[in-house]
Amino acid sequence: MNRDDFPMLKNNVYYFDNGATTLKPKEVIASTVDYYENYSGNAHRGDYDISLKVDNVYENVREKVRAFINAEDASEIIFTSGATQSINMVVNGFFKHNLKKGDEVLITKAEHASLALPWFVLEKEIGIVIKYIELTNDMEVTLDNVKKSITNRTKVIALAHVTNVMGDIRPIKEISKYAHANNIYVVVDGAQSIPHIKCDVKDLDIDFLAFSAHKMLGPTGVGVLYGKYELLDKVIPTNVGGGMNTIFTSLNEYNLKGLPWRLEAGTPNIAGVIGFGSAIDYINKIGIDSISKHCAELKRYAVSKLSNLNNIDVYNPNTEGSIIAFNVRNIFSQDTAIYLNKHKICVRAGNHCAKLLKESLGINNTCRISFYLYNTKEEIDYLIKVLDNENILEESL
Amino acid sequence: MDNNLKRSIILENYSNPFNKGLIDDPNYEKVNMNNESCIDNIDIMINIDNNTIKDIRFDGEACAISTSATSIMLKELIGKNIKDALYIIEQYENMIEERKYDDAVLGEAIVYNEIYKQPNRKKCALLPANGIKKILKNYVI
Repeated sequence: MNRDDFPMLKNNVYYFDNGATTLKPKEVIASTVDYYENYSGNAHRGDYDISLKVDNVYENVREKVRAFINAEDASEIIFTSGATQSINMVVNGFFKHNLKKGDEVLITKAEHASLALPWFVLEKEIGIVIKYIELTNDMEVTLDNVKKSITNRTKVIALAHVTNVMGDIRPIKEISKYAHANNIYVVVDGAQSIPHIKCDVKDLDIDFLAFSAHKMLGPTGVGVLYGKYELLDKVIPTNVGGGMNTIFTSLNEYNLKGLPWRLEAGTPNIAGVIGFGSAIDYINKIGIDSISKHCAELKRYAVSKLSNLNNIDVYNPNTEGSIIAFNVRNIFSQDTAIYLNKHKICVRAGNHCAKLLKESLGINNTCRISFYLYNTKEEIDYLIKVLDNENILEESL
Repeated sequence: MDNNLKRSIILENYSNPFNKGLIDDPNYEKVNMNNESCIDNIDIMINIDNNTIKDIRFDGEACAISTSATSIMLKELIGKNIKDALYIIEQYENMIEERKYDDAVLGEAIVYNEIYKQPNRKKCALLPANGIKKILKNYVI
Protein backbone atom coordinates (compact mmCIF):
# COMPACT_ATOMS: atom_id res chain seq x y z
CA MET A 1 0.00 0.00 0.00
CA ASN A 2 1.67 3.20 -1.22
CA ARG A 3 5.16 2.17 -0.24
CA ASP A 4 6.72 4.84 -2.44
CA ASP A 5 5.30 7.47 -0.14
CA PHE A 6 7.64 6.40 2.67
CA PRO A 7 11.26 7.49 2.21
CA MET A 8 12.43 5.21 5.05
CA LEU A 9 11.44 2.15 3.04
CA LYS A 10 14.11 3.01 0.50
CA ASN A 11 16.69 2.08 3.12
CA ASN A 12 16.24 -1.64 2.56
CA VAL A 13 14.64 -2.31 5.94
CA TYR A 14 11.87 -4.67 6.87
CA TYR A 15 10.12 -2.55 9.45
CA PHE A 16 7.85 -4.48 11.81
CA ASP A 17 8.01 -2.24 14.88
CA ASN A 18 5.02 -0.03 14.22
CA GLY A 19 3.70 -0.50 17.73
CA ALA A 20 6.75 1.49 18.83
CA THR A 21 6.60 4.13 16.11
CA THR A 22 5.54 4.37 12.50
CA LEU A 23 7.40 5.60 9.43
CA LYS A 24 6.49 8.97 7.98
CA PRO A 25 5.09 9.62 4.52
CA LYS A 26 6.59 12.37 2.37
CA GLU A 27 3.57 14.59 2.95
CA VAL A 28 4.17 14.66 6.71
CA ILE A 29 7.85 15.47 6.31
CA ALA A 30 7.09 18.09 3.65
CA SER A 31 4.48 19.94 5.69
CA THR A 32 6.84 20.11 8.65
CA VAL A 33 9.62 21.47 6.45
CA ASP A 34 7.17 23.85 4.78
CA TYR A 35 6.38 25.39 8.16
CA TYR A 36 10.04 25.89 8.99
CA GLU A 37 10.92 27.21 5.54
CA ASN A 38 7.90 29.28 4.63
CA TYR A 39 5.85 30.45 7.58
CA SER A 40 7.91 29.98 10.72
CA GLY A 41 6.36 32.05 13.47
CA ASN A 42 4.74 31.49 16.81
CA ALA A 43 1.11 30.61 17.28
CA HIS A 44 -1.44 32.83 19.00
CA ARG A 45 0.34 36.06 18.02
CA GLY A 46 -1.72 36.90 14.96
CA ASP A 47 -0.45 40.46 14.40
CA TYR A 48 1.50 39.61 11.28
CA ASP A 49 0.51 37.50 8.31
CA ILE A 50 2.71 34.50 8.90
CA SER A 51 1.69 34.25 12.52
CA LEU A 52 -1.94 34.39 11.52
CA LYS A 53 -1.28 31.59 9.07
CA VAL A 54 0.37 29.56 11.83
CA ASP A 55 -2.71 30.03 13.98
CA ASN A 56 -5.01 28.98 11.21
CA VAL A 57 -3.06 25.89 10.25
CA TYR A 58 -2.50 24.87 13.87
CA GLU A 59 -6.15 25.26 14.82
CA ASN A 60 -7.19 23.54 11.63
CA VAL A 61 -5.29 20.45 12.79
CA ARG A 62 -7.26 20.56 16.03
CA GLU A 63 -10.40 20.40 13.95
CA LYS A 64 -8.97 17.48 11.93
CA VAL A 65 -8.31 15.60 15.16
CA ARG A 66 -11.81 16.39 16.40
CA ALA A 67 -13.34 15.00 13.24
CA PHE A 68 -11.01 11.97 13.26
CA ILE A 69 -12.24 10.79 16.66
CA ASN A 70 -15.69 12.41 16.30
CA ALA A 71 -15.41 14.63 19.36
CA GLU A 72 -18.22 17.11 19.92
CA ASP A 73 -16.07 20.23 19.85
CA ALA A 74 -12.50 21.11 18.85
CA SER A 75 -11.94 22.64 22.29
CA GLU A 76 -12.01 19.10 23.68
CA ILE A 77 -8.73 18.40 21.85
CA ILE A 78 -5.54 19.30 23.72
CA PHE A 79 -2.17 18.95 22.00
CA THR A 80 0.42 17.35 24.26
CA SER A 81 3.86 15.83 23.77
CA GLY A 82 2.38 12.35 23.47
CA ALA A 83 0.06 9.82 25.08
CA THR A 84 2.30 9.65 28.14
CA GLN A 85 1.95 13.35 28.88
CA SER A 86 -1.78 13.19 28.15
CA ILE A 87 -2.34 10.48 30.75
CA ASN A 88 -0.15 12.21 33.30
CA MET A 89 -2.15 15.42 32.78
CA VAL A 90 -5.42 13.63 33.45
CA VAL A 91 -4.18 11.74 36.49
CA ASN A 92 -2.41 14.73 38.07
CA GLY A 93 -4.66 17.51 36.82
CA PHE A 94 -8.03 15.87 37.32
CA PHE A 95 -8.01 12.70 39.37
CA LYS A 96 -5.57 13.93 41.98
CA HIS A 97 -8.18 16.58 42.83
CA ASN A 98 -11.26 14.45 42.43
CA LEU A 99 -10.30 11.17 44.12
CA LYS A 100 -9.69 10.54 47.77
CA LYS A 101 -7.98 7.98 49.95
CA GLY A 102 -9.45 4.53 49.49
CA ASP A 103 -11.01 5.25 46.09
CA GLU A 104 -10.32 2.42 43.70
CA VAL A 105 -8.87 2.59 40.19
CA LEU A 106 -9.17 -0.48 37.99
CA ILE A 107 -6.42 -1.31 35.52
CA THR A 108 -5.04 -4.64 34.24
CA LYS A 109 -1.68 -6.33 34.29
CA ALA A 110 -1.44 -5.91 30.52
CA GLU A 111 -1.21 -2.11 30.66
CA HIS A 112 1.69 -0.09 29.34
CA ALA A 113 3.82 1.78 31.88
CA SER A 114 2.34 5.08 30.70
CA LEU A 115 -1.12 4.05 31.86
CA ALA A 116 -0.04 2.18 35.00
CA LEU A 117 2.69 4.30 36.59
CA PRO A 118 0.81 7.61 36.99
CA TRP A 119 -1.71 5.72 39.15
CA PHE A 120 1.11 4.08 41.14
CA VAL A 121 2.43 7.53 41.96
CA LEU A 122 -1.06 8.78 42.84
CA GLU A 123 -1.49 5.79 45.14
CA LYS A 124 1.60 6.90 47.04
CA GLU A 125 0.52 10.54 47.05
CA ILE A 126 -3.13 10.38 48.05
CA GLY A 127 -3.81 6.77 48.94
CA ILE A 128 -6.00 5.63 46.10
CA VAL A 129 -6.11 1.85 45.66
CA ILE A 130 -5.14 0.22 42.37
CA LYS A 131 -6.96 -3.00 41.59
CA TYR A 132 -6.50 -5.34 38.67
CA ILE A 133 -9.27 -6.59 36.43
CA GLU A 134 -8.72 -10.30 35.97
CA LEU A 135 -7.59 -11.24 32.46
CA THR A 136 -8.87 -14.31 30.60
CA ASN A 137 -6.47 -17.08 29.60
CA ASP A 138 -5.98 -15.18 26.36
CA MET A 139 -5.03 -12.08 28.39
CA GLU A 140 -8.25 -10.34 27.38
CA VAL A 141 -10.66 -8.13 29.30
CA THR A 142 -14.31 -9.12 29.43
CA LEU A 143 -17.22 -7.06 30.70
CA ASP A 144 -17.97 -9.83 33.18
CA ASN A 145 -14.52 -9.57 34.69
CA VAL A 146 -14.85 -5.80 34.84
CA LYS A 147 -18.15 -6.16 36.69
CA LYS A 148 -16.57 -8.61 39.13
CA SER A 149 -13.82 -6.11 39.96
CA ILE A 150 -16.12 -3.19 40.66
CA THR A 151 -16.90 -2.31 44.26
CA ASN A 152 -18.71 0.68 45.71
CA ARG A 153 -15.27 2.38 46.00
CA THR A 154 -14.46 2.02 42.29
CA LYS A 155 -14.13 5.47 40.73
CA VAL A 156 -12.04 4.94 37.58
CA ILE A 157 -11.46 2.27 34.95
CA ALA A 158 -8.28 2.98 32.98
CA LEU A 159 -7.47 0.71 30.06
CA ALA A 160 -5.66 0.58 26.77
CA HIS A 161 -8.15 0.31 23.92
CA VAL A 162 -5.77 -2.09 22.16
CA THR A 163 -2.92 -3.53 24.21
CA ASN A 164 0.63 -3.12 23.00
CA VAL A 165 1.84 -6.67 23.58
CA MET A 166 -1.13 -8.94 22.92
CA GLY A 167 -3.05 -6.65 20.58
CA ASP A 168 -6.47 -7.50 21.96
CA ILE A 169 -9.24 -4.96 21.45
CA ARG A 170 -11.09 -4.18 24.66
CA PRO A 171 -14.89 -3.84 24.67
CA ILE A 172 -14.68 -0.17 25.61
CA LYS A 173 -18.24 0.70 24.61
CA GLU A 174 -19.77 -1.96 26.86
CA ILE A 175 -17.36 -1.11 29.68
CA SER A 176 -18.16 2.61 29.41
CA LYS A 177 -21.88 1.96 29.49
CA TYR A 178 -21.62 -0.15 32.61
CA ALA A 179 -19.08 2.18 34.24
CA HIS A 180 -21.14 5.30 33.68
CA ALA A 181 -24.24 3.61 35.04
CA ASN A 182 -22.18 3.18 38.21
CA ASN A 183 -20.65 6.69 38.24
CA ILE A 184 -17.21 5.45 37.24
CA TYR A 185 -14.89 7.45 34.96
CA VAL A 186 -13.38 5.76 31.89
CA VAL A 187 -9.85 6.67 30.83
CA VAL A 188 -8.60 5.10 27.60
CA ASP A 189 -5.09 4.82 26.23
CA GLY A 190 -5.62 4.90 22.49
CA ALA A 191 -1.96 4.82 21.47
CA GLN A 192 -2.34 1.45 19.76
CA SER A 193 -5.96 1.79 18.66
CA ILE A 194 -6.36 5.24 17.08
CA PRO A 195 -3.86 4.44 14.28
CA HIS A 196 -5.65 1.20 13.49
CA ILE A 197 -9.36 1.21 14.12
CA LYS A 198 -12.19 3.67 13.85
CA CYS A 199 -12.57 5.26 17.24
CA ASP A 200 -15.62 7.40 17.88
CA VAL A 201 -15.35 8.93 21.33
CA LYS A 202 -19.05 9.74 21.42
CA ASP A 203 -20.11 6.25 20.44
CA LEU A 204 -17.65 4.66 22.87
CA ASP A 205 -18.60 7.30 25.45
CA ILE A 206 -15.02 7.73 26.66
CA ASP A 207 -14.33 10.35 29.35
CA PHE A 208 -10.63 10.85 28.62
CA LEU A 209 -8.60 9.52 25.69
CA ALA A 210 -4.85 9.75 25.11
CA PHE A 211 -2.89 8.98 21.95
CA SER A 212 0.31 9.83 20.09
CA ALA A 213 0.88 11.22 16.60
CA HIS A 214 4.05 9.28 15.91
CA LYS A 215 2.28 5.93 16.06
CA MET A 216 -0.01 7.12 13.25
CA LEU A 217 2.48 8.43 10.66
CA GLY A 218 2.94 11.76 12.43
CA PRO A 219 6.00 13.39 14.00
CA THR A 220 7.39 12.44 17.39
CA GLY A 221 6.68 14.76 20.29
CA VAL A 222 3.00 15.33 19.56
CA GLY A 223 0.03 13.73 21.19
CA VAL A 224 -3.55 14.36 22.09
CA LEU A 225 -5.57 14.50 25.22
CA TYR A 226 -9.28 14.31 24.54
CA GLY A 227 -11.75 14.89 27.33
CA LYS A 228 -15.47 15.48 27.50
CA TYR A 229 -15.78 19.25 27.77
CA GLU A 230 -17.32 19.35 31.24
CA LEU A 231 -14.55 17.08 32.58
CA LEU A 232 -11.67 18.59 30.64
CA ASP A 233 -12.76 22.00 31.89
CA LYS A 234 -12.03 20.79 35.42
CA VAL A 235 -8.49 19.65 34.63
CA ILE A 236 -6.12 21.84 36.63
CA PRO A 237 -3.16 22.79 34.43
CA THR A 238 -0.02 20.96 35.51
CA ASN A 239 1.88 23.40 33.28
CA VAL A 240 1.29 27.12 33.61
CA GLY A 241 2.90 29.92 31.65
CA GLY A 242 2.52 31.79 28.41
CA GLY A 243 -0.41 31.39 26.09
CA MET A 244 -2.76 30.03 28.73
CA ASN A 245 -3.51 33.08 30.90
CA THR A 246 -5.57 36.21 30.24
CA ILE A 247 -4.03 38.36 32.96
CA PHE A 248 -1.66 38.25 35.89
CA THR A 249 -0.76 41.08 38.23
CA SER A 250 1.81 41.90 40.89
CA LEU A 251 -0.90 41.14 43.43
CA ASN A 252 -0.41 37.56 42.31
CA GLU A 253 -3.82 37.52 40.74
CA TYR A 254 -4.23 35.63 37.53
CA ASN A 255 -6.90 34.48 35.17
CA LEU A 256 -6.63 31.54 32.86
CA LYS A 257 -7.92 31.16 29.34
CA GLY A 258 -10.63 28.74 28.39
CA LEU A 259 -10.23 25.40 26.67
CA PRO A 260 -8.23 24.28 24.84
CA TRP A 261 -5.50 26.91 25.38
CA ARG A 262 -5.56 26.72 29.17
CA LEU A 263 -4.00 23.27 28.93
CA GLU A 264 -1.34 24.18 26.35
CA ALA A 265 1.07 26.43 28.24
CA GLY A 266 4.15 27.62 26.40
CA THR A 267 4.95 27.47 22.71
CA PRO A 268 3.51 24.23 21.45
CA ASN A 269 5.19 21.81 19.06
CA ILE A 270 3.86 23.75 16.09
CA ALA A 271 5.82 21.93 13.40
CA GLY A 272 4.86 18.60 14.95
CA VAL A 273 1.18 19.48 15.09
CA ILE A 274 1.26 20.61 11.46
CA GLY A 275 2.90 17.33 10.47
CA PHE A 276 0.28 15.51 12.50
CA GLY A 277 -2.39 17.22 10.43
CA SER A 278 -0.81 15.83 7.27
CA ALA A 279 -0.68 12.38 8.86
CA ILE A 280 -4.42 12.52 9.53
CA ASP A 281 -5.03 13.65 5.94
CA TYR A 282 -2.95 10.72 4.72
CA ILE A 283 -4.83 8.21 6.86
CA ASN A 284 -8.17 9.68 5.79
CA LYS A 285 -7.14 9.43 2.14
CA ILE A 286 -6.56 5.70 2.53
CA GLY A 287 -9.37 5.22 5.01
CA ILE A 288 -9.00 3.90 8.53
CA ASP A 289 -11.17 0.90 7.68
CA SER A 290 -8.88 -0.06 4.80
CA ILE A 291 -5.91 0.20 7.15
CA SER A 292 -7.66 -2.03 9.71
CA LYS A 293 -8.50 -4.56 7.06
CA HIS A 294 -5.02 -4.56 5.56
CA CYS A 295 -3.30 -5.01 8.93
CA ALA A 296 -5.74 -7.72 10.04
CA GLU A 297 -5.07 -9.61 6.82
CA LEU A 298 -1.31 -9.31 7.38
CA LYS A 299 -1.70 -10.66 10.89
CA ARG A 300 -3.77 -13.64 9.73
CA TYR A 301 -1.24 -14.36 7.00
CA ALA A 302 1.77 -14.07 9.30
CA VAL A 303 0.22 -16.19 12.05
CA SER A 304 -0.64 -18.94 9.60
CA LYS A 305 2.87 -18.88 8.12
CA LEU A 306 4.49 -18.80 11.57
CA SER A 307 2.41 -21.76 12.68
CA ASN A 308 3.98 -23.78 9.86
CA LEU A 309 7.38 -23.33 11.46
CA ASN A 310 8.13 -25.81 14.22
CA ASN A 311 10.46 -23.51 16.20
CA ILE A 312 8.07 -20.64 16.92
CA ASP A 313 5.62 -20.04 19.77
CA VAL A 314 2.99 -17.39 19.04
CA TYR A 315 1.28 -16.12 22.19
CA ASN A 316 -1.62 -14.20 20.69
CA PRO A 317 -2.67 -15.87 17.42
CA ASN A 318 -6.31 -14.86 17.78
CA THR A 319 -6.33 -11.26 18.94
CA GLU A 320 -7.74 -8.71 16.51
CA GLY A 321 -4.97 -6.13 16.74
CA SER A 322 -2.17 -6.47 14.20
CA ILE A 323 0.46 -7.33 16.79
CA ILE A 324 2.17 -10.70 17.09
CA ALA A 325 4.00 -11.68 20.27
CA PHE A 326 6.27 -14.66 19.72
CA ASN A 327 9.46 -16.38 20.67
CA VAL A 328 11.77 -18.72 18.86
CA ARG A 329 11.68 -21.73 21.15
CA ASN A 330 14.56 -21.84 23.65
CA ILE A 331 16.03 -18.58 22.45
CA PHE A 332 16.01 -15.39 24.48
CA SER A 333 13.91 -12.78 22.68
CA GLN A 334 16.75 -10.30 22.44
CA ASP A 335 18.98 -12.84 20.72
CA THR A 336 16.19 -13.42 18.20
CA ALA A 337 15.77 -9.69 17.60
CA ILE A 338 19.52 -9.25 17.09
CA TYR A 339 19.57 -12.18 14.68
CA LEU A 340 16.68 -10.62 12.71
CA ASN A 341 18.50 -7.29 12.71
CA LYS A 342 21.35 -8.97 10.86
CA HIS A 343 18.80 -9.60 8.12
CA LYS A 344 17.55 -5.98 8.17
CA ILE A 345 14.39 -6.97 10.01
CA CYS A 346 13.27 -4.60 12.77
CA VAL A 347 11.30 -6.16 15.61
CA ARG A 348 11.12 -5.28 19.26
CA ALA A 349 12.26 -7.65 22.01
CA GLY A 350 11.50 -7.39 25.69
CA ASN A 351 8.54 -6.74 27.92
CA HIS A 352 7.38 -3.79 25.79
CA CYS A 353 6.90 -1.54 28.82
CA ALA A 354 4.14 -3.86 30.07
CA LYS A 355 6.15 -5.17 32.97
CA LEU A 356 3.19 -6.57 34.89
CA LEU A 357 2.07 -8.80 32.05
CA LYS A 358 4.59 -11.50 32.92
CA GLU A 359 2.68 -12.08 36.16
CA SER A 360 -0.31 -13.16 34.09
CA LEU A 361 1.30 -14.50 30.93
CA GLY A 362 4.07 -16.41 32.68
CA ILE A 363 6.61 -15.30 30.08
CA ASN A 364 8.99 -12.47 30.77
CA ASN A 365 10.03 -11.40 27.34
CA THR A 366 8.79 -11.75 23.80
CA CYS A 367 9.58 -10.57 20.31
CA ARG A 368 6.90 -8.34 18.91
CA ILE A 369 5.92 -7.84 15.30
CA SER A 370 3.53 -4.97 14.71
CA PHE A 371 2.22 -4.08 11.27
CA TYR A 372 1.10 -0.92 9.60
CA LEU A 373 -0.34 0.05 6.27
CA TYR A 374 2.90 -0.18 4.27
CA ASN A 375 3.79 -3.72 5.33
CA THR A 376 3.29 -6.46 2.76
CA LYS A 377 2.89 -10.21 2.51
CA GLU A 378 6.20 -10.31 0.64
CA GLU A 379 7.89 -8.84 3.69
CA ILE A 380 6.27 -11.49 5.83
CA ASP A 381 7.47 -14.21 3.45
CA TYR A 382 10.99 -12.88 3.89
CA LEU A 383 10.62 -12.84 7.68
CA ILE A 384 9.40 -16.44 7.62
CA LYS A 385 12.31 -17.48 5.44
CA VAL A 386 14.76 -15.89 7.88
CA LEU A 387 13.06 -17.48 10.91
CA ASP A 388 13.06 -20.90 9.27
CA ASN A 389 16.56 -21.64 10.48
CA GLU A 390 17.87 -24.07 13.07
CA ASN A 391 20.91 -21.95 13.88
CA ILE A 392 19.31 -18.68 14.97
CA LEU A 393 21.14 -18.55 18.30
CA GLU A 394 24.53 -19.30 16.74
CA GLU A 395 23.96 -16.75 14.02
CA SER A 396 22.84 -14.09 16.50
CA LEU A 397 26.30 -13.98 18.06
CA MET B 1 41.20 -17.12 17.81
CA ASP B 2 39.00 -18.13 14.92
CA ASN B 3 35.35 -17.23 14.84
CA ASN B 4 34.04 -20.76 15.12
CA LEU B 5 36.02 -21.38 18.28
CA LYS B 6 34.86 -18.06 19.74
CA ARG B 7 31.30 -18.93 18.92
CA SER B 8 31.53 -22.35 20.53
CA ILE B 9 33.08 -20.92 23.72
CA ILE B 10 30.25 -18.37 23.92
CA LEU B 11 27.61 -21.01 23.32
CA GLU B 12 29.14 -23.41 25.83
CA ASN B 13 29.11 -20.68 28.50
CA TYR B 14 25.55 -19.75 27.58
CA SER B 15 24.25 -23.34 27.66
CA ASN B 16 26.20 -24.36 30.75
CA PRO B 17 26.99 -21.17 32.60
CA PHE B 18 29.52 -21.30 35.41
CA ASN B 19 28.26 -20.72 38.97
CA LYS B 20 24.72 -19.93 37.89
CA GLY B 21 22.22 -19.98 40.72
CA LEU B 22 22.28 -17.86 43.87
CA ILE B 23 22.81 -19.21 47.38
CA ASP B 24 21.75 -17.99 50.77
CA ASP B 25 25.01 -17.00 52.43
CA PRO B 26 25.61 -13.78 54.41
CA ASN B 27 29.28 -13.74 53.38
CA TYR B 28 28.27 -12.67 49.88
CA GLU B 29 27.46 -9.16 48.76
CA LYS B 30 24.76 -8.90 46.15
CA VAL B 31 24.03 -6.54 43.26
CA ASN B 32 21.21 -6.52 40.73
CA MET B 33 22.13 -5.49 37.22
CA ASN B 34 19.04 -4.58 35.30
CA ASN B 35 20.42 -3.38 32.03
CA GLU B 36 18.87 0.00 31.36
CA SER B 37 19.43 -0.17 27.66
CA CYS B 38 18.17 -3.69 27.06
CA ILE B 39 16.18 -6.38 28.80
CA ASP B 40 18.94 -8.34 30.48
CA ASN B 41 18.42 -8.73 34.19
CA ILE B 42 21.01 -10.52 36.31
CA ASP B 43 21.87 -10.74 39.98
CA ILE B 44 25.51 -11.13 40.97
CA MET B 45 26.80 -12.14 44.43
CA ILE B 46 30.43 -11.99 45.49
CA ASN B 47 32.27 -13.39 48.48
CA ILE B 48 35.34 -11.32 49.27
CA ASP B 49 37.68 -12.29 52.06
CA ASN B 50 41.04 -10.80 52.94
CA ASN B 51 41.07 -8.66 49.79
CA THR B 52 40.57 -11.71 47.59
CA ILE B 53 37.56 -12.80 45.54
CA LYS B 54 36.67 -16.18 47.04
CA ASP B 55 33.62 -16.78 44.91
CA ILE B 56 31.15 -15.11 42.55
CA ARG B 57 27.76 -16.47 41.58
CA PHE B 58 25.01 -15.11 39.37
CA ASP B 59 21.49 -15.73 38.23
CA GLY B 60 18.92 -14.07 36.00
CA GLU B 61 17.44 -13.87 32.59
CA ALA B 62 19.66 -12.48 29.92
CA CYS B 63 20.73 -12.87 26.32
CA ALA B 64 23.43 -15.19 25.08
CA ILE B 65 26.14 -12.52 25.21
CA SER B 66 25.31 -11.25 28.71
CA THR B 67 24.99 -14.74 30.14
CA SER B 68 28.14 -16.12 28.55
CA ALA B 69 30.14 -13.00 29.37
CA THR B 70 29.10 -13.30 33.01
CA SER B 71 30.03 -16.97 33.10
CA ILE B 72 33.45 -16.28 31.57
CA MET B 73 34.10 -13.23 33.72
CA LEU B 74 33.37 -15.20 36.89
CA LYS B 75 35.90 -17.84 35.98
CA GLU B 76 38.55 -15.24 35.25
CA LEU B 77 38.02 -13.27 38.46
CA ILE B 78 37.62 -15.89 41.18
CA GLY B 79 40.83 -16.21 43.18
CA LYS B 80 42.14 -12.79 42.15
CA ASN B 81 42.79 -9.97 44.56
CA ILE B 82 40.69 -6.82 44.19
CA LYS B 83 43.37 -4.81 42.43
CA ASP B 84 44.07 -7.50 39.83
CA ALA B 85 40.36 -8.09 39.32
CA LEU B 86 39.74 -4.39 38.68
CA TYR B 87 42.66 -4.37 36.26
CA ILE B 88 41.18 -7.30 34.34
CA ILE B 89 37.78 -5.61 34.22
CA GLU B 90 39.36 -2.40 32.99
CA GLN B 91 41.15 -4.25 30.18
CA TYR B 92 37.94 -6.01 29.31
CA GLU B 93 36.05 -2.71 29.11
CA ASN B 94 38.84 -1.24 26.97
CA MET B 95 38.52 -4.18 24.59
CA ILE B 96 34.75 -3.81 24.27
CA GLU B 97 34.98 -0.05 23.80
CA GLU B 98 37.74 -0.38 21.17
CA ARG B 99 40.45 1.22 23.28
CA LYS B 100 43.96 -0.16 23.76
CA TYR B 101 43.96 -3.14 26.11
CA ASP B 102 46.24 -5.71 27.66
CA ASP B 103 45.03 -9.00 26.20
CA ALA B 104 47.39 -11.09 28.35
CA VAL B 105 45.07 -10.90 31.36
CA LEU B 106 41.76 -11.57 29.65
CA GLY B 107 41.84 -15.35 29.22
CA GLU B 108 38.67 -16.70 27.59
CA ALA B 109 37.08 -13.23 27.68
CA ILE B 110 39.06 -12.50 24.55
CA VAL B 111 36.20 -14.14 22.63
CA TYR B 112 34.41 -10.78 22.74
CA ASN B 113 37.23 -8.89 21.03
CA GLU B 114 35.10 -8.20 17.99
CA ILE B 115 31.80 -7.50 19.70
CA TYR B 116 32.24 -3.82 18.80
CA LYS B 117 31.18 -4.83 15.31
CA GLN B 118 27.71 -5.28 16.79
CA PRO B 119 27.18 -2.07 18.75
CA ASN B 120 23.81 -3.32 19.98
CA ARG B 121 25.63 -6.14 21.79
CA LYS B 122 28.23 -4.02 23.60
CA LYS B 123 25.96 -3.24 26.54
CA CYS B 124 25.23 -6.94 26.94
CA ALA B 125 28.92 -7.80 27.04
CA LEU B 126 29.58 -5.06 29.60
CA LEU B 127 26.76 -5.99 31.95
CA PRO B 128 28.68 -8.41 34.22
CA ALA B 129 31.75 -6.17 34.33
CA ASN B 130 29.64 -3.22 35.45
CA GLY B 131 27.94 -5.28 38.14
CA ILE B 132 31.08 -6.81 39.58
CA LYS B 133 32.85 -3.46 39.52
CA LYS B 134 30.05 -1.91 41.57
CA ILE B 135 30.81 -4.28 44.43
CA LEU B 136 34.60 -4.33 44.08
CA LYS B 137 34.82 -0.53 44.19
CA ASN B 138 33.56 -0.61 47.77
CA TYR B 139 36.72 -2.50 48.71
CA VAL B 140 39.21 -0.12 47.15
CA ILE B 141 40.93 1.95 49.83
